[in-house]
Amino acid sequence: MITTDSGIPVEPWYGPPEEPGPPPGQPGEPPYIRGPYASMYRERLWTMRQYAGFGSAEDTNERFRYLLSQGQTALSVAFDLPTQLGYDSSHELASHEAGRVGVAIDTADDMAAVFDGLPLEDLSVNFTINATAPIILAFYIVAAERRGVDPARLAGTLQNDILKEFLARKLYVFPPQPSLQLAGDVVEYCARELPRFNPISITGYHAREAGCDAVQEIGLTMAAAIAYAEHFTARGLAFDSFAPRLSFHFSSQLDLFEEAAKVRAARGLWYEIATQRFGAANPHSGRLRFFSGCSGATLTAQQPLNNVVRSTLQCLAAVLGGAQSIHVMGYDEALEIPTEESVRLALRTQQIIAHESGVTRTVDPLAGSYFVESLTSELRSRALALVQEVDAGGGYVHLLEQGVPQRWIAEAAYRSELAMASGERVKVGVNQFTGGGEDHPPRLFEVDSAAAGQQRARLASRLSGRDAAPAARALTQLKEAVTAADANSMPAFLAAARAGCTVGEITDVLRAEFGEHREPPPW
Amino acid sequence: MRVVLAKPGLDGHDRGVKVVAMALRDAGAEVIYLGLRQTAGQIVSAAQAEDADVIGISVLSGVHIPLARQIREAQQAAGVDDIPLVVGGTIPAQDVPALTGLGVRAVYGVGTPIKDVVAGVLALNHGDLNDRDLNQGALNHGTLDGGTE
Repeated sequence: MITTDSGIPVEPWYGPPEEPGPPPGQPGEPPYIRGPYASMYRERLWTMRQYAGFGSAEDTNERFRYLLSQGQTALSVAFDLPTQLGYDSSHELASHEAGRVGVAIDTADDMAAVFDGLPLEDLSVNFTINATAPIILAFYIVAAERRGVDPARLAGTLQNDILKEFLARKLYVFPPQPSLQLAGDVVEYCARELPRFNPISITGYHAREAGCDAVQEIGLTMAAAIAYAEHFTARGLAFDSFAPRLSFHFSSQLDLFEEAAKVRAARGLWYEIATQRFGAANPHSGRLRFFSGCSGATLTAQQPLNNVVRSTLQCLAAVLGGAQSIHVMGYDEALEIPTEESVRLALRTQQIIAHESGVTRTVDPLAGSYFVESLTSELRSRALALVQEVDAGGGYVHLLEQGVPQRWIAEAAYRSELAMASGERVKVGVNQFTGGGEDHPPRLFEVDSAAAGQQRARLASRLSGRDAAPAARALTQLKEAVTAADANSMPAFLAAARAGCTVGEITDVLRAEFGEHREPPPW
Repeated sequence: MRVVLAKPGLDGHDRGVKVVAMALRDAGAEVIYLGLRQTAGQIVSAAQAEDADVIGISVLSGVHIPLARQIREAQQAAGVDDIPLVVGGTIPAQDVPALTGLGVRAVYGVGTPIKDVVAGVLALNHGDLNDRDLNQGALNHGTLDGGTE
């Protein structure tokens, strides 16, 4: 049987459906299946947002300036693993990881240096940060304050989706309940103080990269969105006060029509959930906007230039699906973080699709295709069935704590590996069409082995230069704020950031209060 | 054959190591997966406690060389440097000589066919004087003290 990548049977050809479903409506109007905005790319292209960051704040600042000079329209910060897990660059566990897969941030000073000379009030910045999201947000706000920029003018997105860390990305620190409390503090604070900021990006991307299929990707993302909305409303926030600023993040893989249909289905499903389950009165509460990250998991180390073609198809799928912002992978990312040349090519891929292919000239160009409409409807009903299965199983957070969806993903990853081993799934240059001589190995990004040491030296000088008493006081007040029943902890994070406290010091306060999460057995 | 698998360092990408665990299980090995963020000391103690025939680590954050060095040093300190260590992950070809120079017995970079990983790990079982045959195959998860549950 011929199926899509997620196993939906595909007929030889499609005609009008036997039982016509509800009409998909118009772009920019509920239920938003055809897009969140009426004019889409005719008026404004998607945001081209390459994920970047490595080494020191200065290294990253230089890469950001390069990307902006090449026509990128917004920034996306990659943080190193110690920053994401709340360790200072001087911590034993950070010895080799500081500055390796992202920029090393220890204090608000480092954040100020990342954005040195960049127009904060005009930039939209994505922060891929989760367990330590309140700390990084506080550092960014403090960096803006020092530049005299009103935080209310800051625009961007904080990933702040801790549930998918337990699910797939695995950079959690605290157990789920206190993690949700912190995420809620950020969402509540942003709703009040940072009206242009998306305080959370609910993400199916990492589950997909970890091996699940398109149905599971949108089903699990909707289940997570429900869990967040339930948590935020339980703490007293009105759904319509935060829902219009919720953003989403999906993967874009290679099954072109299924990927484009997937996000159409997700938009319809979220509108249904927002209105029917949460009683949204503001139509924008059910208007799904998303960032599309093209897929690293589909790239190959063999014949790496083939990845340029894969990324082009993925970017096209994201555009046909109506993404609000897009990242295209570098072709060398199966081997190393991308070189400047590779990220330029990734950005050019977006620009060629935007300016040369003509696909932006009309909104939702696949609408009305018998096949794509059928896929949209099938993906939506299968994803809804998964949401219902999660509900019946005790809810998303409960299942995550038991490791259940984690096992679904691992099993799907194994099935897909077996399909590749048997040749049932073709991977060009890997299990078929492997001859023809080797590609020249790409010139890989050269890691600066001195960066970690320099960052440790910089941290030491900041610590010795700061006034110790206010820093200690700020940490004590933070401890009180995160344990207080009804207080929002963001002001205490901001005070700690202003006092020069480090990511490690602040996270240690939280570790002492909340404990650390241990993953449930994977099988 | 008993294989201890772990993710050392801070990297959270565990798709690959879980796929390898399941493939080794289906090939008849008993797999003990220790999980994420394991230190060299934890991995080596677990390998000792489990009487492991092979230790496998997976690293996708680029720091495979220093992490492999730490584990080899911990193996030597514990007197178990004869347990073969294999490394998988995003490992550029140019780093393979450095890893084998540390005593790493096999390197499985991105794109290695799963059957090659399984065959390579199973082939490392030869040094076992007890000549344990492949058994039913099982997946376990380790605890910090190396026991299985």
